[in-house]
Amino acid sequence: MLQGPVIILCAFAYLGVLFAIAYYADQRADAGRPVIANAYVYSLSLAVYATAWTFYGSVGRAASDGVGFLPIYIGPTLMIALWWVVMRKILRISKQNRITSLADFIASRYGKSALLGGIVTVIAVVGILPYISLQLKAVSASYLILVQYPEIVMPQTLGETPMREDTALWVALLLAAFTIAFGTRHLDAAEHHQGMVAAIAFESLVKLIAFLAVGVFVTFFLYDGLGDLFGRAAAQPKLRAMMTPLEGVAGGYASWVWLTILSMMAIMFLPRQFQVAVIENLNEKHLSKAIWLFPLYMLAINLFVLPIAFGGLLRFPGGGVDGDTFVLTLPMAEKQEALALLVFIGGLSAATGMVIVETIALSTMVCNDLVMPVLLRMRSLRLNAQPDLTGLLLGIRRGAIVLILLLGYLYFKLAGEAYALVSIGLISFAAVAQFAPAVLGGIFWKGGTRMGALGGLVAGFAVWFYTLLLPALARSGWLPIGLLEQGPFGIALLKPLALFGLAGLDQITHAMIWSMLANIGAYVGFSLAASPGVDEHRQASLFVDVFRQAGEAGGARFWRGTASAPELYNLLARFLGVAAADDAFEDYAKAHGRRWPGDGLEADAELVHYVEVQLAGAIGSASARVMVASVAKEEALTSDELRELLDEASQVVVYSHRLEQKSHELEAATAELRAANEQLKELDRMKDDFVSTVSHELRTPLTSIRAFTQILLEHPNVDAGQRSKFLGIITKETERLTRLINQVLDLSKIESGKAEWQESRVDMRELIGDAVTGMSQVFEEQAIKVDVELPQKVPPVRADVDRIIQVMLNLLSNAAKFCEPGRGQIRVALQTQAGALRVEVRDNGPGIDPADQRVIFDKFRQAGDTLTGKPQGSGLGLHISRQIVEHFGGRMWVESELGHGACFAFTLPHE
Amino acid sequence: MDDKGKEQRFVALCMLGVVLFNFPVLALFNVGGSILGIPVLYAYIFAAWALVIALLCWLAER
Repeated sequence: MLQGPVIILCAFAYLGVLFAIAYYADQRADAGRPVIANAYVYSLSLAVYATAWTFYGSVGRAASDGVGFLPIYIGPTLMIALWWVVMRKILRISKQNRITSLADFIASRYGKSALLGGIVTVIAVVGILPYISLQLKAVSASYLILVQYPEIVMPQTLGETPMREDTALWVALLLAAFTIAFGTRHLDAAEHHQGMVAAIAFESLVKLIAFLAVGVFVTFFLYDGLGDLFGRAAAQPKLRAMMTPLEGVAGGYASWVWLTILSMMAIMFLPRQFQVAVIENLNEKHLSKAIWLFPLYMLAINLFVLPIAFGGLLRFPGGGVDGDTFVLTLPMAEKQEALALLVFIGGLSAATGMVIVETIALSTMVCNDLVMPVLLRMRSLRLNAQPDLTGLLLGIRRGAIVLILLLGYLYFKLAGEAYALVSIGLISFAAVAQFAPAVLGGIFWKGGTRMGALGGLVAGFAVWFYTLLLPALARSGWLPIGLLEQGPFGIALLKPLALFGLAGLDQITHAMIWSMLANIGAYVGFSLAASPGVDEHRQASLFVDVFRQAGEAGGARFWRGTASAPELYNLLARFLGVAAADDAFEDYAKAHGRRWPGDGLEADAELVHYVEVQLAGAIGSASARVMVASVAKEEALTSDELRELLDEASQVVVYSHRLEQKSHELEAATAELRAANEQLKELDRMKDDFVSTVSHELRTPLTSIRAFTQILLEHPNVDAGQRSKFLGIITKETERLTRLINQVLDLSKIESGKAEWQESRVDMRELIGDAVTGMSQVFEEQAIKVDVELPQKVPPVRADVDRIIQVMLNLLSNAAKFCEPGRGQIRVALQTQAGALRVEVRDNGPGIDPADQRVIFDKFRQAGDTLTGKPQGSGLGLHISRQIVEHFGGRMWVESELGHGACFAFTLPHE
Repeated sequence: MDDKGKEQRFVALCMLGVVLFNFPVLALFNVGGSILGIPVLYAYIFAAWALVIALLCWLAER
């Protein structure tokens, strides 16, 4: 059944199905009902990552070193966890700037540099050639093996037959025709290829099903499940060693780590991955599903790699069958024709998916970033005068697709035979990893410059070329092998596989270390060495701060100049065709409440920017800039103007920052106000307390005065003795009233700071003597014994004599009040201390409760109340005394113990 | 969950992956023997991989 014509017929039938799917999806897209606008199709299209390398090569690698193939799929799983941070940003940037390819992205970031776009394109094309040749090799090899059925013969052993040569060439040409039909049927302003994406998603399903089918067949039909298969393999010492293949950290783990890093970069920067993940993305929200569905896909397609590899090694023990072909040769050996055919179709789908997307992505780059910038600059071609350039653009792309596939075939001829599938693919991975510093640096670091990106890319690519591509060519016999063994011109330090003597690493690890060192070093070094130009500054800001921009119009702020709407329209029509240009202008007019072409449109900065963005979708940002500049006379922005414009953007941030600050200040003020209010309330309460206390104090004597005067008034016949007693009480109460009022006035003066203080030098010895003398009558009346202890001489103090006398009298009268009548004893002492004089007045009264000691100096607090049952003063005396002492810089306190008298003391600083 | 929180969780998950699929954790499972008939290293890698994907799903879909 498996003759050549049957196989070819099946292959064509499969491609026909693909084409039908693509056609249907394109029709639906044109009708505005896209089939690919969902997260599942997006996730499946990402699985274009799994190529013939995965389909055939993983098993080959697993058959030689066990789990060594897995970093290629674990790396993307780790990277995709960062997509929420990185890919979301790239998507937003690309949508706002109508990015059409990876080269366009890098060129646009670094000031729309045509040179940079060109270099990226060259690196991408050269770097991807090995990868494309891998697909050609896989497809032609699988055909050549299948067509030998039921024999199992490796293509290498066929010798240099014409048939073998031709197969790969035919595959290349066939794929070129197919890709042209897919990807360049018409020109889309957004570079969307919805039909292609639908076909790719379908291919992803086909290759997964085919691979799982082989896996299930080998594991459960050929053997009795995983346990049986691994058990039989473990019985052979050589295979058992492959189950713990990470022995020896230097080689095993280092290469494991570098492969992981390499594939982390590859999932971002392979042109086809960038194409499906970024350019073809219709909705940022699809990312949420793809983030876990795509890794799940990779897990699924890798589940049976190891079982198939071990199955193959057990089935073909001699080593005559290449591990890369186990997927196909196992079903063939078991006479499973249908399964073998399914495998062939699966491999074909893996290869075609890769080739289609990759060449479309590369041809877009070649056209937009390499050929067009050159053609547009060649004035002799008069491209500016051409009415319609869409045909030219499509022609360039078609030519590029054919050229790229033929170059892939050439590489296959030159170097393809010397390497296994995986090794060929890794060379391409290492090439695209060179884009990582420029892209990742470009979206997170404003300081990266055009010179930095140029330097990094060129340096990294040069090292890649020297350490990976050159050895590949040398091993295939196209360059003298001495280059590898002795180094160029016999200089051992420059050996491509052990540069500067760095030996003992595998080829990829070695190349990655040196190329990344050169790349990142040059990128950072050149970026820091010189400051960026105006264009670079603007683009850096647009890219890095993309989440802070207001949308597509964001770029318009940076344009100053004059243009005319009809000229802009003509420009767009030349590149996109009249219909697309009409659509674009109608959309623009509608968005601005105008009609096109009825109303004239103002060719302001916004329209110019709009046209440039539309154009960028078709011919890339660097070319679009050149073309717009040819019809719109731009006034160059000076760096001051640019800085001003950038400041405008920052202004918003500053405003919101200020607003925040203001609200903080407001909060603080509110808190202060609240505190002040609390204080006022407290003062108000204290005032109320004061007023009520004072009223109470006033009412007590007033009540008794009123009572006695009333008695005297109503009973004129009261005898003389009684009368004089009553009058005595009235006089005493009046005195008390006067004293209280005086004290209240005194206190209010002191507290309001209105009291008059007359300072002079005061001799405390004299003052104390005077005070005691003044009180002597009271002491005598109450039979109180007074001891005064005065030193011979004390330094004078500065104070108001009358006030200090007031204090002394207050203390002495208090002491007298509380002394035990009849056995009273008061001791007054004066001492000189360091810097101050200390005065003590001690009595032998009942003492003061510790709780009262704390409050006794407060207004209207009297310790005596509870002890004697009757208030014995205004309760203001001690308070005023303390205020006076403190006014002169002294201190007043009380020491006492219940039952052992009280001692009031104060200090005053001496001169 | 706010954007910053989500970003941080994704970055942390990536770091977890880096630890799981690297020396020295990997070396702990680079031993002979088998679990349910599957060599220990293979079983570990696929189990850890599935775990990371499950966490990715949980994080991306909430």
